[in-house]
Amino acid sequence: MTSYNDHSGSGASATILPFAEPQRAARDTRPLRLITCGSVDDGKSTLIGRLLWDTKAVKEDQAATLKRDSGAQNDLGLPDFALLLDGLQAEREQGITIDVAYRYFSTDRRSFIVADTPGHEQYTRNMATGASTADLAVLLTDARTGILEQTRRHATIAALMGIRQFVLAVNKIDLVGYDKAIFEKIAHDFKELAATLGVRQITAIPMSALKGENVVLSGHSAMPWYEGPTLIETLELATTRSAQTGGFRLPVQRVSRPGESFRGYQGTVAGGAVRPGDSVVVLPSGMVANVKQIVTFDLVRNAAVAGDAITLVLDRQVDVSRGDMIVSIDAQPLTGHHFDAQIVALQAGGIEPGKRYWLKSGSRRQRVSVAPLSQLELSSGKWKTHEDTLAMNAIGKVLLSFDETAIFDIYEQNRSTGAFILIDPDTLNTVAGGMITAKRSQADAAHRDGQRVVLSLPADLADQLMSTEIFAARRDEADVRRVSAARAADLMKDLEA
Amino acid sequence: MPPDAATRTDKPMQSHTEFDPQSKDKAAKPPLDPHLKALENEAIHIFREVAAEFERPVMLYSIGKDSSVLLHLARKAFYPGKIPFPLLHIDTGWKFPEMIAFRDEMAEAFGLNLVVHTNPRGASEGISPFTHGSSYHTDVMKTEALRQALDLGQYDAAFGGARRDEEASRAKERIYSFRTPDHKWDPRNQRPELWNIYNGMVRRGESVRAFPLSNWTEVDIWRYIQAENIPLPPLYFAKPRKFVERDGMLMWAEDPRFEALPGEQVQEGMLRFRTLGCWPLTGGIRSTASTLDEVIAELEIATVSERQGRAIDRDQAGSMEKKKREGYF
Repeated sequence: MTSYNDHSGSGASATILPFAEPQRAARDTRPLRLITCGSVDDGKSTLIGRLLWDTKAVKEDQAATLKRDSGAQNDLGLPDFALLLDGLQAEREQGITIDVAYRYFSTDRRSFIVADTPGHEQYTRNMATGASTADLAVLLTDARTGILEQTRRHATIAALMGIRQFVLAVNKIDLVGYDKAIFEKIAHDFKELAATLGVRQITAIPMSALKGENVVLSGHSAMPWYEGPTLIETLELATTRSAQTGGFRLPVQRVSRPGESFRGYQGTVAGGAVRPGDSVVVLPSGMVANVKQIVTFDLVRNAAVAGDAITLVLDRQVDVSRGDMIVSIDAQPLTGHHFDAQIVALQAGGIEPGKRYWLKSGSRRQRVSVAPLSQLELSSGKWKTHEDTLAMNAIGKVLLSFDETAIFDIYEQNRSTGAFILIDPDTLNTVAGGMITAKRSQADAAHRDGQRVVLSLPADLADQLMSTEIFAARRDEADVRRVSAARAADLMKDLEA
Repeated sequence: MPPDAATRTDKPMQSHTEFDPQSKDKAAKPPLDPHLKALENEAIHIFREVAAEFERPVMLYSIGKDSSVLLHLARKAFYPGKIPFPLLHIDTGWKFPEMIAFRDEMAEAFGLNLVVHTNPRGASEGISPFTHGSSYHTDVMKTEALRQALDLGQYDAAFGGARRDEEASRAKERIYSFRTPDHKWDPRNQRPELWNIYNGMVRRGESVRAFPLSNWTEVDIWRYIQAENIPLPPLYFAKPRKFVERDGMLMWAEDPRFEALPGEQVQEGMLRFRTLGCWPLTGGIRSTASTLDEVIAELEIATVSERQGRAIDRDQAGSMEKKKREGYF
C-alpha cells in the first residue's frame, strides 16, 4: 500500500521506521482551546484538515482509511478532509457537521484543542457549547464574499460567550488573485464589527487552506505583501484565559473524611489563589475560618491557584457541604436571590417564563425560575424586548429568581463562577447555558434615608460579627468591603458631606 | 521495566507549622509541566464530580495504559481517602495472561475493590474469536458482558478511559455520556456540555459513562506515565515473543489455544504491544523499545495510529460508532 501522506513512512506494516522528525518538546504552556466558526462553503473542514495534516496529527492508517473512503482526491493529491472530520455516520451520509467535535494537534511549542462546530444558524447552540471553553475564536470568511451576516452572528456569539481573541481567516485568497486590497477591505470591515462587540485583539490573515498557505506553512511566495503571522504562529502566541483574577474561589465538590482525624474539602480552584493561613468565608453560611493545609496526593502545598484540583483543610470545625463555596474574606462573590443573566436556549422546547428549572453552577444545584426580558437579534446585534418563551437557539437576557441564596461572580470577571446551565426537571436534559451579568438589587425603591447602615469597624471585630449565626443568615443582604483605616475615615467624611 | 511503583507507599502528610512564602513546594519528583497538570486537574475534577453526584459509580478497568493512568488519577482525586467505588474488569477469557497477573498485583498493592465479570452464557458456549469471529466475540464477551455487569451492580455511572483522539465517533462524545436503561448511546441526541459544568441528573435505570481522559492524546498518556512513574503491564515493552503474521497483523502465538494456519510460520522476535486487549485481536509491533524512554521515543516518531493493530475498528466502516450505540465503551 502506498501512502499519499507526506510522511515518509512504512505503509501498512506496523513496523515503525525511525526517521528524523524533531522530538516534541515538553509543553511549557497550557493547551490553547479554540473554536472554529464558519461553514462548509467557507472551507472550514479544509482549514481544520489542513491544520491536522500539516502538524502531522493524521497518522498513516487513518490516512489510508480516508483514501479508501474518499476514492477520488482533489488535484493537489489531498484527501477529502471532511471525511476525516465528520465522525458520525449520519454526517458522512448527509455531508454535514451536526455536532461539536474536538480535535487535537500540537507543534513543538504548544498543543491545541479545537472545538469544531457547525456553521448554520440552526446550530447556534452547538457553537455556544464549543465557545464556552474556548480561549480564542477563528472566524472563517470567503475572500470572494467578505463579511456576511453569518460572520456577524458567529462573532456575536463568540464575544457573548466571553472570547476576547479573534482570528479572522480570510480564506480562498487565491481565488481573488491574492489581491491585497480585497484582504485589507475585509480586515477593516471586520475590525469595525469586532469593535462594536468590545473585542480588540484581532488578527486578520489572508490564506488558502486548500493550498496550505499561511495556515501552518508560510504563504509568503504567493503573497509577498503580507508580513503578518501564519495561523499557527498566532495560535502559538495566544493567551489562555485560565488566569482568573480576583478573589479565591473553591466550589466544594465533596467532603473527604477518611478517618476521624481528617476533614478536607475537595474541589477545583475557580479563581484567585490560596495559601495556608489565609482567612476564608464559607458561603452561603458566612462562617469564617483560616486555611490550615492544602493537601494533594504528591505533597502538602504552600499555595494553590486557579485550575488546581485540591483538598483544603480549615483550622476549625465549620459546617461545609457539597455546593458550598469557600472564598477569600476580602474579595467575596455576589450572593442573593435575584440575578440578571444572558442565556442560550439549547433544546426544542425553549425556555419558558415562570417555569422552575434546576440551575447548576460549579458544584451547586438549586431551583430557579426564569423570566425572559429581551432577545438578541443576531442579524443586527440588537436586543429586542421579548418576555415569552425563548425558542431553541435564541439568546436572551433573563432575570433569575432563586428560593435559596445563590452565589455568583459576574461572568466577565470569572468565567467559572459566573457560568451556569439550566436543567429541565421533566426531561433532565440540559436546556440552556447562561452567564451572570449582574446582581439585581432587591429593592430598587429603597432610597429612603435610614434603610441602610454603613458601619466602619476594626477587621477582627467585623470577622467576629460576621461569624455569628444571625449575621450569616442574612449575609446576602450585607455589603462588605475591606479598606485601610485612613480610607474608611475618608469614606465616612464623604457620607457626612 | 518492572512495575516497581506498585510497592510505593503514599507519603505521610507533613503538617504545616508555619507559613513561609519563600519556601518552594517540596516534591519527590519534578512538578508536572503545565500541559499535563491541566489535563490532570481536569480529570480529577471529573472523578470527584461523578463520585459526589451518583449513587453507585464504578470504574471500568481494562488493565491497559489508559486504565493505568485512570487508576492513578482516581487515587490522586480521593487522596487521602481511598477510591470510593469498585473497579470492574470484563474478562473475555482471551486476555494475555500477563494482563491478568498485573491486574491482581495492582488490586493487591492498592487495596482495590476489584469486580471481575465474564459473560456466563458466552463462557458456557465456548465463544472464541477464532471460531465465532472477532465481531461476534466482541459483541458477546465484551459488550453483552459489560451490560450484564453494569445491570448486576446497578451502577448509575461508569468511568472509562476513552480519549477523543482515538477514533472519529469518539471525537463527538461528551465527558458525561448519557445512556438509556438498555445502555444505548444516541450520538445525535447528546446532552450539550458547556464549560466544565456537568449534568449528572438521571432517572432510575439510566446511567452515564464518564470519561476523565477525554482531552488526552496518546502522547499525553505516555508522557504522564513517565512523569508519574505509573506501573504498566510488561506487554508494553519489547522482549522476545513468539508470533505469526496473519492478515497483516502480528499475532501472539504462545497461548495453548493458538493454532497456526496452514502455511503459517511461528516466528520469534522482539515484539511489544501499543494497546492491550484479547490476544487474538491485538496485533503487536516489531520493536526493540524495552524501556519507557525508548517506547516514548518510538512513539514520537510513529506514523501509524495506535488503533491500527485493533481488528475491531477495521471490520466495517463506522464500526466503532455501531458498537458504542450498542453499549460498548
